[in-house]
Amino acid sequence: MDFVIQLFTDPVGFYNQHELLVAQVGINAILAISLFVTFYSGQLTLANAAFMAIGAYTTVIMSLYLPTPLPLNMLVGALLAGLVGVVVGLPVLRLRGVFLAIATIGFVEALRLGVILNVPITGEGQGLHNPTAEPLAGIVPILISLPILAYLVWRLTRTRLGQAWSAIREDELAASSNGINVPLYKMIAFIIGAVIAGYAGALETHINFYIDPTEYGVARTIQILTFAVVGGTTNVFGPIVGAVFLTALPEIVRQFASYRDVVNGIILILVIIFRPQGIVGRGGLALIRPRWLTTWRSSREHPASAL
Amino acid sequence: MAQQLLNAIFIGSIYALFAVGYTLVFGVLDVLNLAHSAVFMLGAVITYSLVALHGVPFLPAALIAVVACGLLGLLIEFVALRPLRRRNAPPISALISTIGLALIFVAIVEQATPGTVFSWLWQDGANSVRFPSGAVPNPTYHVLGLTIEGTKLLILITSVVLMLVLGYVIRFTQLGRALRAVAENRRAATLLGIQVDRIFASTLFLSSALGGLAGLLFGLAISDIGPYIGRDQVELKGLAVIVLGGMGSIPGAVLGGYLLGLIEVLAFVRFGSNIEAGVAFAALFLMLVIRPQGLFGARLRERL
Repeated sequence: MDFVIQLFTDPVGFYNQHELLVAQVGINAILAISLFVTFYSGQLTLANAAFMAIGAYTTVIMSLYLPTPLPLNMLVGALLAGLVGVVVGLPVLRLRGVFLAIATIGFVEALRLGVILNVPITGEGQGLHNPTAEPLAGIVPILISLPILAYLVWRLTRTRLGQAWSAIREDELAASSNGINVPLYKMIAFIIGAVIAGYAGALETHINFYIDPTEYGVARTIQILTFAVVGGTTNVFGPIVGAVFLTALPEIVRQFASYRDVVNGIILILVIIFRPQGIVGRGGLALIRPRWLTTWRSSREHPASAL
Repeated sequence: MAQQLLNAIFIGSIYALFAVGYTLVFGVLDVLNLAHSAVFMLGAVITYSLVALHGVPFLPAALIAVVACGLLGLLIEFVALRPLRRRNAPPISALISTIGLALIFVAIVEQATPGTVFSWLWQDGANSVRFPSGAVPNPTYHVLGLTIEGTKLLILITSVVLMLVLGYVIRFTQLGRALRAVAENRRAATLLGIQVDRIFASTLFLSSALGGLAGLLFGLAISDIGPYIGRDQVELKGLAVIVLGGMGSIPGAVLGGYLLGLIEVLAFVRFGSNIEAGVAFAALFLMLVIRPQGLFGARLRERL
């Protein structure tokens, strides 16, 4: 509990002591936003770890071999992730539901095991040493980027584009019969998600001296998915809250730190069963209300719908 | 080369056995059970702990492990799947709740060291172990210049026999007919008086028992038992297998398993072990893009 108390009584001391944790929270929150964008348009795509890898490797390889400034390298990394997003999205986005999720998982592992581990410039299984890493200075861009990205994505969900995404999420057929270009809007969501994930990957290389190919596997994507689901995906703040909560949780309850995945798994199951809208549901923070109570009632009122 | 093909058949048998359980749940419940790989791992872990820590002979230990894995399947059904069906959640929700269970199962084994709560189940933490030598008789046969280990032969026979039995059950028994009816149309099956919830529970039991058996055979043949074998070795490859064969199709999963074993061995022989690891996912990705219904799925168009 000292951890939480210190956050409020001595924020500066807290920040100095836990800089890397703060940075990791920021990275995870940005990744959760990247997953949120596609989720918001009604698609479960799990390619985020692959786009992260593209952003990270591009940035580090450019700073190793080219004299270009770092911000440019990061920008190129993010844009390249978006470009790969276009190429992958074209065939993959025709799929729906579970099939889309599986195809994107396949992409993540094919990129990691098939490409990264076999191309000499990526350092193969050894990973790459990052010459420009500055763990402490690297935090600042993360802390600046997070609110800006959150604001931009929040504004985006309020525009016509965001409304189109909502419409597609609620009912794809109805959306397309109302003149919404479903493939186009899905593609836009996928590309934006890819660019944000690539950017997060580029940011992360800045706080680590080393990039390690094992970081960019399916486990990472599942972790990002957990943030988004636990936080809730009705608006952009849900995934951020989820990322902050789950990343900081092992620090808050130290006794359970080694059983972190047990705790995460239990939280994930409880949320998906009892509070599918996540911690940040409609109407802001709400107390957890057992869903079975309401379904039990409605099934007694309308027996036919229980089927 | 012939020896390599033999290896392809052995590893393919394990993939097939694992994927049959995976695809059975998908076909009947329309749900991707991502805890299946954790059950696979527990099949190996439970057998190992019975043999190595509690001194049970191998065959009874294997039997207990398979039943225990079936019971874990019921746990998956009651904890992660049934509550979601009650509120008509989309199938993606079940995918996420089974991920939650998989995280829990893996973390429990990974954190179990002597002196912890689960030390009766596992004592080696994140390390990988093998069955104590002599616990399982492993005669080696030499036929036509090929080396065949007894355990691998056992795997081949077990999986082929089990898959034939499963095929018989699904095709010709009352339970199998009920399974197919539910898979075809849940509502119509309910109207015909089939207890759908009971069928779902049986499906999960059957599927997880097969998954656990695949796990213990894997542990036996590859001599690699640890908390990550499910997640790292078969979870995603199992996905590739059922996609290759067509999601929900049992013959597809069997052939897909052998096909993947073959593809991997060929990739290994031709390009080396680095390419071998990625080839399953490239196949998975290409298959979904080119022919999402798989090699044998015909009626799956509407499910996409």
